[in-house]
Amino acid sequence: MGAEESILHHTESRVDPARQRAVAEALRAFMPAHAVLYREEETRPFECDGLSAYRQRPMVVALPETEEQVVRVLRTCHSMGVPVVPRGAGTGLSGGALPLAEGVLLGMAKFNRILSVDAHARTARVQPGVRNAAISEAAAAHKLYYAPDPSSQIACSIGGNIAENSGGLHCLKYGLTVHNVLRVRGYTVEGDAVEFGSEALDAPGYDLLALSIGSEGMLAVTVEATVKLVPRPEVARVIMASFAQVETAGNAVADMIAAGIIPAGLEMMDRPATRAVEEFVHAGYDLDAAAILLCESDGTPEEVEEEIGRMKAVLSRSGATQLRVSESEAQRLKFWAGRKAAFPAVGRISPDYYCMDGTIPKKRLGEMLGFIAEMEKKYGLRCPNVFHAGDGNLHPLILYDANDPGQLHRTEEFAAEVLEKCVEVGGTITGEHGVGIEKINQMCVQFGAKEIEVFLALKRAFDPGGLLNPGKNIPTLHRCAEYGRMHVRGGKLPFADLPRF
Amino acid sequence: MQAALGRIADRIRAAAGGEGLRLRGGGTKDFYGGPLAGEVLDLREYAGVVTYEPTELVITARCGTPLAELEAVLAARQQMIPFEPPHFGAGATLGGCVAAGLAGPRRAANGLYYGSVRDYVLGCSLMDGRGEALRFGGQVMKNVAGYDVSRLAAGSMGTLGVILEVSLKVLPLPVARATLRFAMDEPGAIARLNEWGGRPMPISASAWQAGELAVRLEGAQAAVDACCAKLGGTRVDEGEAARYWQGLREQADPFFAAPGALWRVSVPPTSAPLALDGRQLIEWGGALRWWKTDAVAGDVRASAKAVGGHATLFRGGDRASGVFTPLDPVLARLHRNVKAVFDPAGVFNRGRLYPEW
Ligand SMILES: Cc1cc2nc3c(=O)[nH]c(=O)nc-3n(C[C@H](O)[C@H](O)[C@H](O)COP(=O)(O)OP(=O)(O)OC[C@H]3O[C@@H](n4cnc5c(N)ncnc54)[C@H](O)[C@@H]3O)c2cc1C
Repeated sequence: MGAEESILHHTESRVDPARQRAVAEALRAFMPAHAVLYREEETRPFECDGLSAYRQRPMVVALPETEEQVVRVLRTCHSMGVPVVPRGAGTGLSGGALPLAEGVLLGMAKFNRILSVDAHARTARVQPGVRNAAISEAAAAHKLYYAPDPSSQIACSIGGNIAENSGGLHCLKYGLTVHNVLRVRGYTVEGDAVEFGSEALDAPGYDLLALSIGSEGMLAVTVEATVKLVPRPEVARVIMASFAQVETAGNAVADMIAAGIIPAGLEMMDRPATRAVEEFVHAGYDLDAAAILLCESDGTPEEVEEEIGRMKAVLSRSGATQLRVSESEAQRLKFWAGRKAAFPAVGRISPDYYCMDGTIPKKRLGEMLGFIAEMEKKYGLRCPNVFHAGDGNLHPLILYDANDPGQLHRTEEFAAEVLEKCVEVGGTITGEHGVGIEKINQMCVQFGAKEIEVFLALKRAFDPGGLLNPGKNIPTLHRCAEYGRMHVRGGKLPFADLPRF
Repeated sequence: MQAALGRIADRIRAAAGGEGLRLRGGGTKDFYGGPLAGEVLDLREYAGVVTYEPTELVITARCGTPLAELEAVLAARQQMIPFEPPHFGAGATLGGCVAAGLAGPRRAANGLYYGSVRDYVLGCSLMDGRGEALRFGGQVMKNVAGYDVSRLAAGSMGTLGVILEVSLKVLPLPVARATLRFAMDEPGAIARLNEWGGRPMPISASAWQAGELAVRLEGAQAAVDACCAKLGGTRVDEGEAARYWQGLREQADPFFAAPGALWRVSVPPTSAPLALDGRQLIEWGGALRWWKTDAVAGDVRASAKAVGGHATLFRGGDRASGVFTPLDPVLARLHRNVKAVFDPAGVFNRGRLYPEW
């Protein structure tokens, strides 16, 4: 793998000063100087998203304040042939908002207004820069909330959530972003107004709303969305269940579903993860357990009482060694606070960590955990595990030190093996963090050449010139040929007709 | 099955340049959408459940699988297709169900059971206009690798390709259910339904017609009991209730037998009563308004548009002005581009979604 292809090591490209001046001037013709940044110290803060191993200063940063400015930025860039990379809060973990040296970074942070909350219709109209948690805060007075709750919810924007189809701790029961957004209004790269979905429950024609959600900002720029609000359950309680083996905990997840129970949240952490968290937030986790499950029930008091009883019975039968049920809202939030702080907590015990995001069928959890343990030995690196267990979405966190090139290289190999194993067991390389630039090589393992060609053609259907966030999400077939590890179906090697280098 | 797949591919390749193919499962939805054109490509032989893992909440089956068979397989394990797809006849298949994208009474449920066809599609394989089999999505709940083509296939009316195989998320059958009836006028029903939608009540379906509102509750026994006590109304006998909801789902309810064209008007749920002449049935908490009316298409469409919705000429009527609400020029361009990605020669279901292609 060359330096550019590496997941955790990236060489920055240079910005062309003449081109930079021309583009900045063109944008300053209709935007105030403070909204068009190009000096090194001004653009530096935008050089990466949450995947900080990749850094690239953008040629110019545009921070529009009005919709008209967004349209003019798009039209100007389009006419000058300049690529545009949209950015929300920059918490993405796959490099989706990584700037381009020859591109404009379109920061949507100033679009931070909640336009309206309609308690009767149970919807909120919001601008894309609104923080995820701010929507639920605004709806709280009506006893409503916006259901998808990524752990990053105090920082990440709804525009970013839409682009990534973000999930959260409660999406097992309440769905992902795609199930909770009714309408997206935005602009194509050419500056044409588009509206996908509607405030009714459907819209005529193809479901372009579903297509655009999770499209990583490559099909259109979002300027407004209508999201669905749902009633706050009267009560919620969470069970913390301890297990002596991680495999037993994994099997308990399947047993729960088999019993006909869909918990409001079902999360798993292994001991290395609970240890890191406990030091950081004192959530009250059982540190003797090899793994814990957090299993939540919500609804009316009667319903929760009934369901907690059924859940406890299943967990005990599945071999839980200890069960603790939250006795108050404060305790419930504390149990969850630990889970939500898992990434930063792990960040404290290691100079660097690398977060994976594969999803696998739940029945393969035990096997997958065994595989990860083997990889820890093979590569000599530790890897605490945090899972959205209910939907089989894994977040193994490889601990490494970026200053040690050997470790860096081993981390990349480790991660690649785990993601490819996810595909092998019938899963996917990314459940919620997106492909971005980070997992672009693994796309060649998950999909065949024909599917990748369809993805590239869909991109062209919306953006013929390839100017909106180009190079993310979908690899070129040449890149796949170069990567060398490929999707093999029916024993036939794909890309057989492409030259190899 | 490999042979059946080969035959489908051969038909597609042979169709290029000709009058096109008309994809057909049980033919139960032949009435829906634009005029039927092209040679029939019968997909019933490509059938069967491929995998079903109750603990994964996922079932994968081939397009020709009868919907009734799929539902029976699920029911044997106390599970269901949550969105209650209408069959509209004994021969309904999975492929037709996904291509038509129609959901039944449970579409606007509060909480767990909420959602339309596309909300439960996890993956699919498609045969495109070149006869190539393509695979998108997968069999897991969360998957954001690549663009979400499998959800795009839901409701595409067979215009993008042959939906060969589909993976659906399924859910456990509710433990308890109850149906309540209330005497109520239209504005009152719209107001109540939206108010109740904002409370944590296990409402899984609703229907208002002729001064009467029916509400179905589904969920844990305790939740259903508590809600019955809270809402009041008249409790309907379970057998009668089941027949009523089935009648709505399959459009066997007497409402649908009345004369006049049937319009499906999809609007924001709080929209005030629409000023149209005819008879009306309201579902989905106010968001779906069925109209039996002789009003001209322009008037029905205008009243839907005025409240931010759209109208489809579902059955009968003068179909000359198209069935689905026309798209604005930018969306029309994007639609044509997307169609060309999968079916550049226009082999599949010409004119079924929009007259131009
Ligand atoms: C500590 C931590 C915990 C996390 N936990 C979760 C979790 O539980 N679940 C989860 O799903 N994710 C999680 N994430 C990942 C991340 O928060 C989400 O992907 C989030 O949706 C990104 O939002 P953002 O506003 O930061 O977007 P950015 O990172 O700025 O951008 C993400 C993508 O969105 C595009 N984009 C942004 N705004 C627009 C717009 N207006 N129009 C078009 N495209 C746009 C960008 O081009 C980019 O491709 C976590 C991240 C961190 C750092």
